[in-house]
Amino acid sequence: MKKLKKVVSLLVVTSMAVASLAACGTKASSGGDKFFIGGIGPVTGGAAIYGQSVKNAAELAVQEINDAGGINGVKIEFAFEDDEADGEKAVNAYNTLKDKGMKILMGTVTSGACASVIDKTKSDNMFQLTPSASSKDVLALGNVFQVCFSDPNQGIASADYIGSKGVASKVAVIYDSSDIYSSGIYEKFKAEAAGQNFEIVAAEAFTADSKTDFSVQLQKAKDAGAELVFLPIYYNEAALILTQAAALDYKPIFFGCDGLDGILTVENFDTTLAEGVMLLTPFAADATDEKTAAFVKAYKEKYSDTPNQFAADAYDAIYIIKAAIEKSGAKPSMSVSELGDALRGAMTQITVDGLTGAGMTWSETGEVNKAPRAVVIKDGSYVSAE
Amino acid sequence: MKKWNTINKSTRNNIITIGVIVVIYAVCQLMIAAGAMSNLMQGLLVPLCYYSILAISLNLTVGILGELSLGHAGFMCVGAFAGAFFSKSTQNGIGSSFVGFLIALLLGAIAAALFGALIGVVVLRLRGDYLAIVTLAFGEIIKNVINVLYIGLDGKGFHFSMKDSEALNLEENGTIIINGAKGITGTPKHTTFTIAALLLIAAYLIISNLIHSRSGRAIQAIRDNRIAAESVGIDITGFKLLAFTLSAAMAGVAGVLYSHNISTLVATPKNFGYNMSIMILVFVVLGGIGNIRGSIIAAVILTLLPEYLRFLQDYRMLIYAIVLIVIMIFNWNPTCIAWRKNHSLRDILHSLTGKNKKEA
Repeated sequence: MKKLKKVVSLLVVTSMAVASLAACGTKASSGGDKFFIGGIGPVTGGAAIYGQSVKNAAELAVQEINDAGGINGVKIEFAFEDDEADGEKAVNAYNTLKDKGMKILMGTVTSGACASVIDKTKSDNMFQLTPSASSKDVLALGNVFQVCFSDPNQGIASADYIGSKGVASKVAVIYDSSDIYSSGIYEKFKAEAAGQNFEIVAAEAFTADSKTDFSVQLQKAKDAGAELVFLPIYYNEAALILTQAAALDYKPIFFGCDGLDGILTVENFDTTLAEGVMLLTPFAADATDEKTAAFVKAYKEKYSDTPNQFAADAYDAIYIIKAAIEKSGAKPSMSVSELGDALRGAMTQITVDGLTGAGMTWSETGEVNKAPRAVVIKDGSYVSAE
Repeated sequence: MKKWNTINKSTRNNIITIGVIVVIYAVCQLMIAAGAMSNLMQGLLVPLCYYSILAISLNLTVGILGELSLGHAGFMCVGAFAGAFFSKSTQNGIGSSFVGFLIALLLGAIAAALFGALIGVVVLRLRGDYLAIVTLAFGEIIKNVINVLYIGLDGKGFHFSMKDSEALNLEENGTIIINGAKGITGTPKHTTFTIAALLLIAAYLIISNLIHSRSGRAIQAIRDNRIAAESVGIDITGFKLLAFTLSAAMAGVAGVLYSHNISTLVATPKNFGYNMSIMILVFVVLGGIGNIRGSIIAAVILTLLPEYLRFLQDYRMLIYAIVLIVIMIFNWNPTCIAWRKNHSLRDILHSLTGKNKKEA
């Protein structure tokens, strides 16, 4: 009797296991009459605000394109999966999307997670365009294209700008050493600064575990007599730095990169402190050109929120994919690998006018060519620094 | 049938558990070959194995030794970086081969065991919850140290720095192996489901054999009554150290599997932080403290759950938390335990086969 019991229970367990595995089985459609674009980014956890922006803006762009009749008459299907900004979860999200039938990847939002996905897209030969993963590591395998500037370019552009415009002669840097984005910019900024007519008098790091109190770093910058503090970090920490600098009665010029965009939307942050903050960003929600105004209006109507630079990157990304599909004449019936080859070939030939830059072109390596823009915060809004 | 009953109980249990793992392994392989398995599930097979190894190795410390460790992810981190460091720095030679991967596994285990012993030798002499405090700190420290660690390799050998990658002064053709917060990129993908499953079985065998050995009985005696154990001449610190070091070494092996499964290795609060350590502890607690098989089941369920809850979109992690609470109540609430006893699968099977309980 015992034997039978064991056998039966084993059978039950096995069949349950098989059922649970197969239940979610491969639904991937081989043909399809739509372009299936997948998006990956954090919509939960600490980096959720970036993923949420990307998701919203991408859905907005997809809706616009579909309402206008699609790409060459073919509609787009869009699905977005959460990766919690973690490499392992990003791979899971990628696999989930593949099960759903994804053929083109618009992601991932953060650099660290993106670097884990690139070898999956490489082996599947899937086309990947990342809106905002700016690390150089993302381009390591040569199969990914970026919408945003790569970190090294931002560091170089910042140092160039400060040097050539003579903004300051003594510069302090406060950066997040545990963050790829921040340390990536800092490294290139430091290297480029060597040839410029300013001096880095203090370089102070913090980590993800200690990003609430910056008084030590600020005091060091103040003691070193820095006239400008370079902040290659995200805006949440920057808002704290500005508040704490005001408490120390330290008033240098603050200069940041695209991560600083959004600082005016931080809750409980006294935006008057941000007056005079300069940042290199490809997108400013207050810009008056027709494209940006229309996008900001549509975004506000749909999500009752002001879009940030991540949203603009994602919105552009969808239109870049559209341009690449049109250029290559790709069909939704093509396989993942065929689409990958076709779109990669088209990417280096197209020129796209988007929200984040006019006349964007791409090199073989996947880096974008567009002009950096410096803006300064004046009366609670971004205006061109020129 | 009679032969089966003469085998001692622990061996029988081992055979059942390993049998189930092997059957599941075989079914998975068949499904992959038949193309019947989803990409998501295929991608999850290896993580399931290393999370199971982490869970059973922590169960050795928490369940068998009876000490609380809150830094298990720290040992995983040490193993992951040690293994990936070896594979990356020898990637043009032995590191790209299978033998290289075995060496990486061994190195990961040794490195993690070393840190385990280092901590244990000091802390395990004390009574009370000091191990929890120190391991908690260790997990955080190791993550931060790795985030500022830069190691490069060129013709002259290894270069170390804790400042930035420029300070390494590498030659032109030198490569940066550990690049601070950017970690190690381009680790060869050696981990396969087969190796991971084999290591899970090995880890299970090591722990279950330890429990039923002379040393294991000594360790459990320390857990149950330290004074009594001391009075019969058991070397308290020695046995505690043995269990704790072994537990750390296994976490190191899981770390090596982790680092050779995805191509980038960065130490973030997400993957090697406090939350991860707690996650592993949750596997152990939900699976039953001291219950090795339960740990594996809990690790598998709790790793699959957030992935299969994806359809809930934004409410995913909220529902996940609620499910955790429900499992907890179902497992440990006395009323639920009584209900489970009255409605067990075993009884249902018996009623189906026409036998009543007492005969079984």
